[in-house]
Amino acid sequence: MSDFTTISSKKIKPLYIEEDLKGSDPKKDLGKPGEFPYTRGVHETMYRKKLWTMRMFSGFGTSEETNERYHFLLGHGQTGLSVAFDFPTLMGYDSDQERAQGEVGRCGVAVDTLADMETLFDKIPLDKITTSMTINGPAAVLLAMYLAAIEKQGHKISVAAGTIQNDILKEFIAQHAWAFPPEPSMRVIVDMIEFCTKHVPKWNTISISGYHIREAGSTAVQELAFTIADGIAYVEACMARGMDVDSFAPRLSYFFNAHIDFFEEIAKYRAARRLWARLMRDRFKAKDKRSMLLRFHTQTAGCSLTAQQPYNNVVRTTIEALAGVLGGTQSLHTNSLDETLALPTEKSVRIALRTQQIIAHESGVVNTIDPLGGSYFIEKLTNELEEEAVAYIKKIDDMGGMIKAIEIGFPQREIADAAYRYQRQIEKNEKIVVGVNDFVIDENPSMDLLKITDELQDKQIERLKKVKKERDKASVEKTLSNLKKACEDGSNVMPPLIECARAYCTQNEMMAVMKGVFGEYHDPAIF
Amino acid sequence: MNKRTNAQTHKRTRILIAKPGLDGHDRGAKIVARALRDAGFEVVYTGLHQTPEMIVSAAIQEDVNAIGMSVLSGAHNHLFKKVIELLKEQDASDIIVFGGGIIPEDDVSELKKYGVKAVFTPGAKTTDIVDWIKANIK
Repeated sequence: MSDFTTISSKKIKPLYIEEDLKGSDPKKDLGKPGEFPYTRGVHETMYRKKLWTMRMFSGFGTSEETNERYHFLLGHGQTGLSVAFDFPTLMGYDSDQERAQGEVGRCGVAVDTLADMETLFDKIPLDKITTSMTINGPAAVLLAMYLAAIEKQGHKISVAAGTIQNDILKEFIAQHAWAFPPEPSMRVIVDMIEFCTKHVPKWNTISISGYHIREAGSTAVQELAFTIADGIAYVEACMARGMDVDSFAPRLSYFFNAHIDFFEEIAKYRAARRLWARLMRDRFKAKDKRSMLLRFHTQTAGCSLTAQQPYNNVVRTTIEALAGVLGGTQSLHTNSLDETLALPTEKSVRIALRTQQIIAHESGVVNTIDPLGGSYFIEKLTNELEEEAVAYIKKIDDMGGMIKAIEIGFPQREIADAAYRYQRQIEKNEKIVVGVNDFVIDENPSMDLLKITDELQDKQIERLKKVKKERDKASVEKTLSNLKKACEDGSNVMPPLIECARAYCTQNEMMAVMKGVFGEYHDPAIF
Repeated sequence: MNKRTNAQTHKRTRILIAKPGLDGHDRGAKIVARALRDAGFEVVYTGLHQTPEMIVSAAIQEDVNAIGMSVLSGAHNHLFKKVIELLKEQDASDIIVFGGGIIPEDDVSELKKYGVKAVFTPGAKTTDIVDWIKANIK
């Protein structure tokens, strides 16, 4: 039945022996945890000193409903926040715009102004808890609102700790929540990095993401290679601005998928750490050890879950989460069993969080660092994934770098091909998905699902109306005009954006100014 | 009145695969577009972030027999219905509408009442979609 390949169609041998590691040198290629090339982990002590951050990606309805969910999660032992915005917010629209209708609060929380950001974190101390925000096209705008919300809580913006996804290259490649064309997008990102390096030193300025590349259907190697190639492009852009590599590189972080093919995933994380460390030291001449560390967040694979027999998804998520932990992740999101049907209910989110807690506190896997290190199989797989990724990166370098590669549709096409290939494998039963193409039952899909009503959209539009009525119109106009000036004259956009946020400018007001200067990106619609 | 002549001008069945709304998840739409093309249909793909107006206008201009829409953002009720309404307004209700995505069972029956002819949810095979089109779209 099985052809003994991974989910990425990588051939696996029946047995791995000492000879498979001929030519590799454990001292040079593995080292100790916390030592170059960090194959075995970024910290010397790993989970013995501090567990990964349990960070559930969450958001729906208005900021009030989501704030309630955050308190629920923190009350059940979650240790960090992760904001899911709705599609209008992700695409830079306000809730009262025509393009937003039917989408407000559906797939995440609606944030139109600073007022929503204040409500979102009501009674959550932002000087103590770390927050991750999944936002890309309008990332600079949402970061400005977040920093203004911290000021409203009575803190300096320098206390902010957390991560903003801010990875526009993978938006062009896979997730598609973009705003401006590639060049001005990169300029805004470098502005943000420059600003945070000086003023928000604990902030991770980009979460360079393979997650969405994988969800779009890539193989494990493609996820690894394209993500690291994106990382290279960001480092080059910052260095081109004249920044010293060690001034910003320690605040770059990564975000990978945890798919169902257990060992391939573990090898992927280990290869990623080694590859990045070598690139940073040898190619970019980083001196600071922290610049070489690939710290990463993991999310289990949404695309591996099935609508059929949905309780089986708990098992899939457990296997995937375990791969993330054995691969040395710094934070983890576990998907809920009902997410192929709707956003998760409280009950199903709690099971997903408990999955992490059981791995952390019952399974014993945290007792020792990199427990699979030294396995012939894992080390060979790690070597192979690194080599294959290096070959892809070389190809992209030869094209003139990732931005050029995106412009000619290279990564997009590679991913679409891989996605189609996998779909064919499933339809021909060459790969088995339990409950979908084998072990199928007649079932009555009756589950309590989270319902997001049209009333929440109305409520959000009312909230926005109130803010617009109460704010000072003169400061709205003045701050927006300052923003326009900065976009045009090339000065850093962050200070004027924070001014706009403080004046309760709406997201779209800020984005419209920026799009007016920078232009807009549209889908080339290749399939 | 629009003057569409698809039955006369095109021998092969023409399908518009569309991504309405702001949702960027296009893995499914692209796979379906390829599978339909491989099955011998003429396929036009709109690309992402289309309004219902853009989709209906593309469908009429491209003279298609059917529109297949993919939505994974939860906005399917609003968007699918809007497309069907606009088709009626444009006197183009002969264009068959089908769809797919993250769509709960309750919404599927609601959408069918509204005139969406078939809804393919996670786990559907591309061959199911091809067979359905062959049986239902002439």
